[in-house]
Amino acid sequence: MTTAPEKTDAAVPDTVKTVSVTIDGIQVSVPENTLVIRAAEQVGVQIPRFCDHPLLAPVGACRQCLVDIPDAGNGRGFPKPQASCTLPVAEGMVVNTQVTSEVADKAQQGIMEFLLINHPLDCPVCDKGGECPLQNQAMSNGRGESRFFESGGLKRTFPKPINISAQVLLDRERCVLCARCTRFSAQISGDPFIELIERGALQQVGIYEKEPYDSYFSGNTIQICPVGALTSAEYRFRSRPFDLVSTPSIAEHDACGSAIRVDHRRGKVMRRLAGNDPEVNEEWITDKDRFAFHYATAGDRLTYPQVRDTDGELRPASWTEAFAVAARGLREAGGVGVLPGGRLTAEDAYAYSKFARVALGTHDIDFRARPLSAEEASFLAAKVVLTGPANGAPTYADLERANRVLLVGFEPEDEAGAVFLRLRKAHLASGTQVVSIAPHTSRGLLKMGGALIRTAPGDEAAALDELGMTGEHPLDSTSVIMVGERLATSPGALSSAAGLAARTGARLAWVPRRAGDRGAVETGCLPNLLPGGRPVADAQARVDVATTWGIDSLPETPGRDADQIVAAVNAGELGGLVVGGVDPDDTADPAAFRAALDAASFVVALELRETDVTRAADVVFPVAAVIDKAGMFVTWEGRPRSFDAVFTNPQALPDSRVLAGIAEELDRPLGFRTVGEVRAQMEDLGPWDGDRAAFDAVVNTAPTDTSGETMALSTWKQLLDHGSMQDGDDNLRATARHAVARVSRAVLEAHGETVTITGDRGEWTLPAEVADLPDGVVWVPANNAGNGVLADLASPGSRVTVKGAQL
Amino acid sequence: MTSTLTPVLTDIWDADQSWKLSTYTDRGGYAALDKALGMAPDAIVTAVKDSGLRGRGGAGFPTGMKWSFIPQDNPNPKYLVVNADESEPGTCKDIPLMMANPHVLVEGVIISSFAIRANKAFIYIRGEVLHVIRRVQAAVEEAYAAGHLGKDIHGSGYDLDVVVHAGAGAYICGEETALLEGLEGRRGQPRLRPPFPAVAGLYASPTVINNVESIASVPSIIEHGAEWFASMGTEKSKGYGIFSLSGHVTRPGQYEAPLGITLRELIDLAGGMREGHVLKFWTPGGSSTPLLTDEHLDVPLGFEEVVAAGSMLGTRALQLFDETTCVVRAVLRWTEFYKHESCGKCTPCREGTWWLVQMLTRLEQGVGEESDLDLLLDQCDNIFGRSFCALADGAVSPIQSSIKYFRDEYLQHLAEGGCPFDPMKSTLFADELEMA
Repeated sequence: MTTAPEKTDAAVPDTVKTVSVTIDGIQVSVPENTLVIRAAEQVGVQIPRFCDHPLLAPVGACRQCLVDIPDAGNGRGFPKPQASCTLPVAEGMVVNTQVTSEVADKAQQGIMEFLLINHPLDCPVCDKGGECPLQNQAMSNGRGESRFFESGGLKRTFPKPINISAQVLLDRERCVLCARCTRFSAQISGDPFIELIERGALQQVGIYEKEPYDSYFSGNTIQICPVGALTSAEYRFRSRPFDLVSTPSIAEHDACGSAIRVDHRRGKVMRRLAGNDPEVNEEWITDKDRFAFHYATAGDRLTYPQVRDTDGELRPASWTEAFAVAARGLREAGGVGVLPGGRLTAEDAYAYSKFARVALGTHDIDFRARPLSAEEASFLAAKVVLTGPANGAPTYADLERANRVLLVGFEPEDEAGAVFLRLRKAHLASGTQVVSIAPHTSRGLLKMGGALIRTAPGDEAAALDELGMTGEHPLDSTSVIMVGERLATSPGALSSAAGLAARTGARLAWVPRRAGDRGAVETGCLPNLLPGGRPVADAQARVDVATTWGIDSLPETPGRDADQIVAAVNAGELGGLVVGGVDPDDTADPAAFRAALDAASFVVALELRETDVTRAADVVFPVAAVIDKAGMFVTWEGRPRSFDAVFTNPQALPDSRVLAGIAEELDRPLGFRTVGEVRAQMEDLGPWDGDRAAFDAVVNTAPTDTSGETMALSTWKQLLDHGSMQDGDDNLRATARHAVARVSRAVLEAHGETVTITGDRGEWTLPAEVADLPDGVVWVPANNAGNGVLADLASPGSRVTVKGAQL
Repeated sequence: MTSTLTPVLTDIWDADQSWKLSTYTDRGGYAALDKALGMAPDAIVTAVKDSGLRGRGGAGFPTGMKWSFIPQDNPNPKYLVVNADESEPGTCKDIPLMMANPHVLVEGVIISSFAIRANKAFIYIRGEVLHVIRRVQAAVEEAYAAGHLGKDIHGSGYDLDVVVHAGAGAYICGEETALLEGLEGRRGQPRLRPPFPAVAGLYASPTVINNVESIASVPSIIEHGAEWFASMGTEKSKGYGIFSLSGHVTRPGQYEAPLGITLRELIDLAGGMREGHVLKFWTPGGSSTPLLTDEHLDVPLGFEEVVAAGSMLGTRALQLFDETTCVVRAVLRWTEFYKHESCGKCTPCREGTWWLVQMLTRLEQGVGEESDLDLLLDQCDNIFGRSFCALADGAVSPIQSSIKYFRDEYLQHLAEGGCPFDPMKSTLFADELEMA
């Protein structure tokens, strides 16, 4: 007999001690402190449960998971059944669940009977029916007939439903009071004013009369409700779970890459749920990721190509005609800039990148449909592209391991919800200290237990320069510096952030707002970068790309960035524009962008819906929404997140297919037609293994203008706002925070509770609210009023005047 | 028979203005404090351990042992919390004690806090008893003024502040972790244990929670010695305790006697049952303890002895019911109380009491059949030991025990289609009605 060598299990870290327990006669080893209910799952026994949730602290309230413990590991048993959701395993423990113990089985049946006495029999009309833990477990662990009814029992009733928020509805009589929703809000999202109120059988989930339950994560309470007590106004009574087809996907609303599940019926999305990805979003998503999906079925969704006719009007056209017209126009335009926007899949972004270089022969491409800087482009090329979890870039898990996370120009609750939840968890569970360089303490920062380094817009670089390995907020190699895309508007700030990282060993993470931003960086939708992180300025890199693409050469100098493209069109230096999903009001200068649309001799628009761009375009191509195409988003970490198409919709082609069609008409084919072919080509090209681009650090020498009566404008986009991808989701929008101007107490006292803010592009009159801002700074939400701050008021960081409103 | 009484806590109740500091000190009050401050804290813990004092709030956990669980190496402050949330039906010892002799509690608080190295103590008093709250507040104020509380007590260098906290009137807050929740300003609902309060109690710091009577007994142990205390009572239930007799007894009231006294002796002390009536059933320690009957008149009222008889000593709240009382009706009333006081946290208590009341209401009205009794007992079985805290265990005790001893009476209700008793006959004014 041969002796097999001892297996070394490298997967189990040696720091985790395991204990051996016997569950229903089966011995199993589990990590110490594992709860009995989860140890039982290891031997294939599902103990029924309601209040238990793996991501919430044990509470032991519903008592459904009672088991018999004849030996607690010390030779003595518990005299009474124990709740397995609160009891950690102990070495030698013997557990008998409902499978082997009559005591446990009877205890569970008894609890189930109690849960049902006050539960209405409205399963046939309940949203949860068919996917309801109460329904399922009543079948598996309950009795078929109601002794309560037989004994003449009278159920407790409540009027139904009541509003918890504009979106979340509560049927109190269905509630089993497991407190998952209230615990989620207390432990995970940190949003108050949803609580259990009243006593005994009249206990119920309630809200505070004077303050709303205001949460960007409220939809999670609906998803984890183990009964049909919480429903959304959006989905209530819309469909039955057994009619739905579920497709896993990735949320398209931010750079978090949250796993979602799209539930659809007969070609229509009915709802979206959080997927479960412990590495990324755990089991939580923002309300935007959950509820904002009707934009894809909006009435103004483009469904056929259009070309501008001789009479100046757009008319429907066939795909082939549109390809031909677009190709002819671009060939004759005399220099074309490409503005693909930040909403693209990586495959589509690659297609734009290659289209610009191969079909148009230019590096004039920039995905940044927002205020930007040359410093940022250099930062992205030198510090961001090609970094990822595989080569040591910080991840979600690293946020929990960090001793300190520094946020600069970045408001996670509004701009990256999954990052916010992970930072709050890190703060609560691992003591991570969150520090924010920002003008004021936001509600999100409070919930993360964060410290504020109060900084006026423009002074971020100076604030960063003062930090180091010592002082009040010392950074070390576990620390993570998260810089937001807004930092592009603060000269020198990205340079100072890079300097701070180099000084302290802390790691940098760039967190953009849009799902396609990071993928666009990786695929070279920048004037200074080629796909795979190849610097345009690097001759070897250019040769590498040109050879792979089978073209002679690429232009040697970097192209124009988005602002320069707009300026060049307005100056007549460029004649054509290819515009993807860009909202003019998001750009640094909306008026200039609109002027460029008019000034351009030829505009090709690839869009989902009718916009100012499509109205000005000469050829309009409808493109596929995310649900209609396969693709990949790259998270802020650099983690690729692939997804398949939910629907097959022949009316809408992915951007890559449209660009391939135009390129073929230009006789400069891109070598792909399908998303699969694009992906294969991307893999073929691969990442750049040569030198990274050098970082052109910038030192901000311009003194901050604090003269006169003016104040600096601080602004960012809140999670829920007037963004076009939330169109059609009225219940969601109703939960958005109201537009207010935040000012210091002194400013409020000087000007009153309604202020008029005047900038170089217009004025806004908003209710004022006190925040711990410096006296010289006013904050407004970027897109909760009018056409947004860039179009209607002023550029972020610029000077505005604040006056009491003339009412 | 009066010689069996051992008035210690109740000794000065008959004095003029017994609640005043002067009355208390005239009778030797606060002398034990001086003695205690001269002892090492651990010596006080040892003395309380040696005395055999067991928690007077019902569960009978050894008080000295509870104190010794406080981890003295924990850097957090230590707290003493006095549970004065006396709300159990029938239990009425702490409230008269705090009314008549609040200083014995205050002195006990100081000595006990000193023993566990606490510099802050809380007295959590049931919110409905405003007069008691005021009296204890006044006593604490007097104690501060006299230098028994505050900084450098009696020149010992020991500091103690006492907060008198008014509860919001929830029975569940007598459960120690629910009390802590309430004290911290949250809804009174019991907490998950572990961690136990000794490790992470009030404000997540080591906390001792003791009943009023337990703490009030401490000065006498210090003053007279552990042996003196241990010389009273039975082998495992040492010392004296207040026995609260209520109901159909000639002289209801507080009878302070050594543990181990029998109900027969106590009824004699109280002048016998109501004239012309006989004992039918009684609770040894409030409504949460299973009923006993006249078979149990000679059970020594000690912790183990009452358990052996099928009930619990509890709070020594002896509610006596004579033969005019309908046991079904009495049990229904109690069950309605538990339904009202269920905090709602866990399923068996919240939903179970809701159903129990409906069942009992029907039975009391004579509606139903014999199998309903089995259903009722099965419900009790599904509640007892399955709930989050002991409230629901208490809720089913009267039901289970009443069916055990008085099943026929339940059946009689069903047979007659209604209650066979005249509720007027069990009232105190029954005789007057008779004459009218």
